[in-house]
Amino acid sequence: MSEQKLINAPAKPPFWRDPEKRALVFQAIFLAFVLFIGYSLVRNTMANLEAQGIASGFGFLSTNTGFAIAESLIEYDESSTYLQSFFVGLSNTILVSVIGIFFATILGFIMGIARLSKNWLVSRLAAIYVDTLRNIPLLLQIFFWYFAVLRQLPNPKQAYEYFGVVFLSIRGLFGPKPIYEDGFGWIVAAVILSIVAIFVLYRWAKKRQEDTGERFPVLWTSIALIIGLPLLATVITGFPLSWEIPELKGFNFRGGLVLTPEFSALVFALSIYTSSFIAEIVRSGILSVDKGQTEAAYSLGLKPSWTTRLVIVPQALRVIIPPLTSQYLNLTKNSSLAAAIAYPDLVAVFAGTALNQVGQAVEIMGMTLAVYLFLSLFISFIMNWYNSKMALIER
Amino acid sequence: MTEQKYPIGQYPNLPPPKNSVGVVAWLRDSLFSNWFNTLLTILAIYIVIKTIPGLLDWAFFSADWVGTSRDDCSREGACWVFINVWFDQLMYGRFPEDQVWRIQASYIIAIAAAIPLFIPAVSRKIKTALALFLLVLFPIICFYLYYGGSFGLEVVETTLWGGLFLTLVIAVTGIVMSLPLGILLALGRRSNMPVVKSVCIVFIEFWRGIPLITVLFMASVMFPLFVPEELSPDKLIRALIGVTLFSSAYMAEVVRGGLQAIPKGQYEAAAALGLNYWKSMLLIILPQALKMVIPGIVNTFIGLFKDTTLVLIIGLFDLLGMAQLAATNPNWLGFSIEGYVFAALGFFVFCFTMSRYSQSLERRLNTGHRN
Amino acid sequence: MIKKVVLSTLGVALTSSLLVGNAQAGEVLDRVKEKGFVQCGVSQGLPGFSSTDEKGNWSGLDVDYCRAVAAAIFGDATKVKYSPLSASERFTALQSGEIDLLSRNTTWTQTRDTSLGINFAGVTYYDGQGFMVRKDLGITSALELDGASVCTNQGTTTELNMADYFRANGMSYEPVVFVKADEVVAAYDSGRCDVYTTDASGLAAQRTKLKEPNAHMVLPEIISKEPLGPAVIHGDDQFFDIVKWVINATVEAEEMGLTSDNIAKLLIDSNNPTPAQQRFVGTEGSLGENLGIDAKWAYNVIRQVGNYGEIWQRNVAPLELPRGVNNLWNNGGIMYAPPLR
Repeated sequence: MSEQKLINAPAKPPFWRDPEKRALVFQAIFLAFVLFIGYSLVRNTMANLEAQGIASGFGFLSTNTGFAIAESLIEYDESSTYLQSFFVGLSNTILVSVIGIFFATILGFIMGIARLSKNWLVSRLAAIYVDTLRNIPLLLQIFFWYFAVLRQLPNPKQAYEYFGVVFLSIRGLFGPKPIYEDGFGWIVAAVILSIVAIFVLYRWAKKRQEDTGERFPVLWTSIALIIGLPLLATVITGFPLSWEIPELKGFNFRGGLVLTPEFSALVFALSIYTSSFIAEIVRSGILSVDKGQTEAAYSLGLKPSWTTRLVIVPQALRVIIPPLTSQYLNLTKNSSLAAAIAYPDLVAVFAGTALNQVGQAVEIMGMTLAVYLFLSLFISFIMNWYNSKMALIER
Repeated sequence: MTEQKYPIGQYPNLPPPKNSVGVVAWLRDSLFSNWFNTLLTILAIYIVIKTIPGLLDWAFFSADWVGTSRDDCSREGACWVFINVWFDQLMYGRFPEDQVWRIQASYIIAIAAAIPLFIPAVSRKIKTALALFLLVLFPIICFYLYYGGSFGLEVVETTLWGGLFLTLVIAVTGIVMSLPLGILLALGRRSNMPVVKSVCIVFIEFWRGIPLITVLFMASVMFPLFVPEELSPDKLIRALIGVTLFSSAYMAEVVRGGLQAIPKGQYEAAAALGLNYWKSMLLIILPQALKMVIPGIVNTFIGLFKDTTLVLIIGLFDLLGMAQLAATNPNWLGFSIEGYVFAALGFFVFCFTMSRYSQSLERRLNTGHRN
Repeated sequence: MIKKVVLSTLGVALTSSLLVGNAQAGEVLDRVKEKGFVQCGVSQGLPGFSSTDEKGNWSGLDVDYCRAVAAAIFGDATKVKYSPLSASERFTALQSGEIDLLSRNTTWTQTRDTSLGINFAGVTYYDGQGFMVRKDLGITSALELDGASVCTNQGTTTELNMADYFRANGMSYEPVVFVKADEVVAAYDSGRCDVYTTDASGLAAQRTKLKEPNAHMVLPEIISKEPLGPAVIHGDDQFFDIVKWVINATVEAEEMGLTSDNIAKLLIDSNNPTPAQQRFVGTEGSLGENLGIDAKWAYNVIRQVGNYGEIWQRNVAPLELPRGVNNLWNNGGIMYAPPLR
């Protein structure tokens, strides 16, 4: 048997013609080549660092920075360490990204739907919005809002005043800041409880509809829940919340909640720039749903609003979500343009000020890059998870 | 109804009711079909009335057009004198005035060589030759034209380059250099060889995962550490290397989209003809794939073109950088809006034309690929 | 086939470029001599120190020291090329060898001198950090700045000094930090900040760029010592020495009364030059030889660039800055050069 096979087998090609062996050799060469480049880079860097007497290692992270940062979500002052300044930058980056994503999504969906509006005027305006904003560089837009628009605001002494509690000046928008008193935890608990209740209700209503075909007014009940429960908690605990009103003292307004011009310009520009891309994604997502689907829904007797909600949106979302996540990722990466207008994000604080004070470029840039790589891997991980979930639902 | 002039079944087609055709019907259908639509229309008209006249007034009717200094800007509208005075700087940076002809010459060559590419009547051979000239020979000519140092041209240091000229240099170099690199990376990513594949994936995902500004920071601050001391190219070249690597990763993904769209039969047919890997790629697969992804490449170019503005952060003065510099000049403080509007207009014209071009190509090729 | 060609070309190109790279610091002087010019890192535009006119010609105190070093090495002050650098780029540019000499209003601190791998060759300008405010704020002292917004540059000692000063005096402030000096000035001018802080010389220089220079004033407090001077990389002591003694020569020349106008006479009719003068212009002694450059190096520096007083008059005096501590030691200042002998 085995002998037979040997005779019938085609002549083996010499090993340099054997595709498998050739692939192995090629890969070995390629790997050696890549390793060699990597090694050379590392060796050059090490040699250069050593020759120039630049310190290395992460010891600097535990030393004091000695510089102040204008805006911070976490506690930070001049005696904090470089590691803390890293987290200040990181939290500011995340803050800007999250708020930017929130507004970009809302604006983008509005503009995307407006472009498809049957109203000629509205769709033209939306088209102008999209075409203009996506064809002008983001940095230019940030500069425009920051240097050209927000710089026109008056000095604190001539600040615009709204209702005596909100003040707008070149130093930013100052508003009342909530001060949480004892018992505020109950209100938070009520909000969480109402969210859980809505979730349970949604599951129950869906199951009931699938079983019996009866629909339950989930939306109205949810609104009642999310407003009612916290309100109830507030009344019972006796309004454990007061407001700190900003006051003009000396040079600036003190106290209250501040939106600095740097933050506002960055969030504003990021949101509207990204929204123009999201609008296009939404538009093509909705267009990708076959017209037959709408017609089929109508012929089943569904109202137009139900058709949109139950037939079109779920299918459009499947097309919209993947490019949408990559826009979110772009927005997060673009938030690094903060460095150009003095908003203390990760790049400005850590890869800027801290790098200049410490001089250890390799370590600091490495940490900064790692953050962005982690964020992008994280988002693409979620996207893959979502995609596979979507694929399962498909019938 | 009661008068029956025609026999049953022989009615002529009656014209549609008056209120369902013409201007009135269009207005009703598209602007006032229901209360919500009417509300939207009124809102939109309000927005238009609120913005457009003021904008036109600012930009044209009350603008100052002629003069040489800020004193000539006395009216309420825009001060285009500012742009007028700084125009050369915005276009060419600090390139010596008597040498600007070199840049203009290169523009003329580029346009002259590019126009035939868009005329369908020109034969394919000529088009290929011209495209090759633009991609291979032209950059070399440009280098000697811009930098000089030979053929009797005086050297113009790259620190003097700027304005729209620098924007174009960076964007075009980035795209031309990243195309071959991107193709190699895309082929590597689709390779059957695990080592090659994983190296390419890591490379692509690395560059796609980080913001361009950090790439430029690295190019300006860290690049000198990575290479031997003898090799420390100037800032522009370092920025170009950074931009090229960055956009090659995006290019690779665009090309990969094209490679994936080629039916498997094409690969098999190429193999069946006995073509080896490189031959089948160069002769069969890539020509089809690249043609398919031209819109994607144009979109990448638009993205890169807009991203070149970031170089101002590392101290190169592109169009936006020059506008910014002009606006912070002590004699011209307070005209930043004009500067930004002008730069925005410049970018808009380029990007909008290119995106329209890529959309029309997309429709013509009908590949359905979007970036 | 193509694969082989591509691979081997790539391989050769990379090996040749990477293998050479056994990074060796030092011998900057050889590099400079081979190139035929000094690559000098300067600021991106600070009137009085380094700035360009419309035609791209550089001038300023820092620029003059670049020219002086070129004059000493090549006997020709024009053999300089300038690299405008931001505050954050300057040290890497020097470390990487992109520039040979950093003459960019850089403060000499211990950390920089030691951990950055660079050497400061001397002090060309004794400066200190100050504050500038609008006159109409009605402030007379920096101690009244509690709660102010302060604009400054990123990547400088200024950021740290400011933090120290406000903390030491128990005052709060809002830092607004920009990468480019022009943006700081614009931010301050537009009213984004109450205070602009940087070196006093910088304040005087930037004040000329404001819309109404006279509506602003510099507060009397000087909160730090900022000795500014050129720096070179560790490892090439010879080049370090040259830069150091070029600075000393300009100061010494002022003390000896040698100027760009009268120094030429010393060579032509040397009826009775003092021994010190003869040593200075190189007709006697071996000062040039010790440094490994032309014997007439100091003559060239003074003839083509001028002595310290001339450099000051040409560049800094127009900013209406008092000479103060930058006077010679025998004139109430602290400018003092070790003897050239």
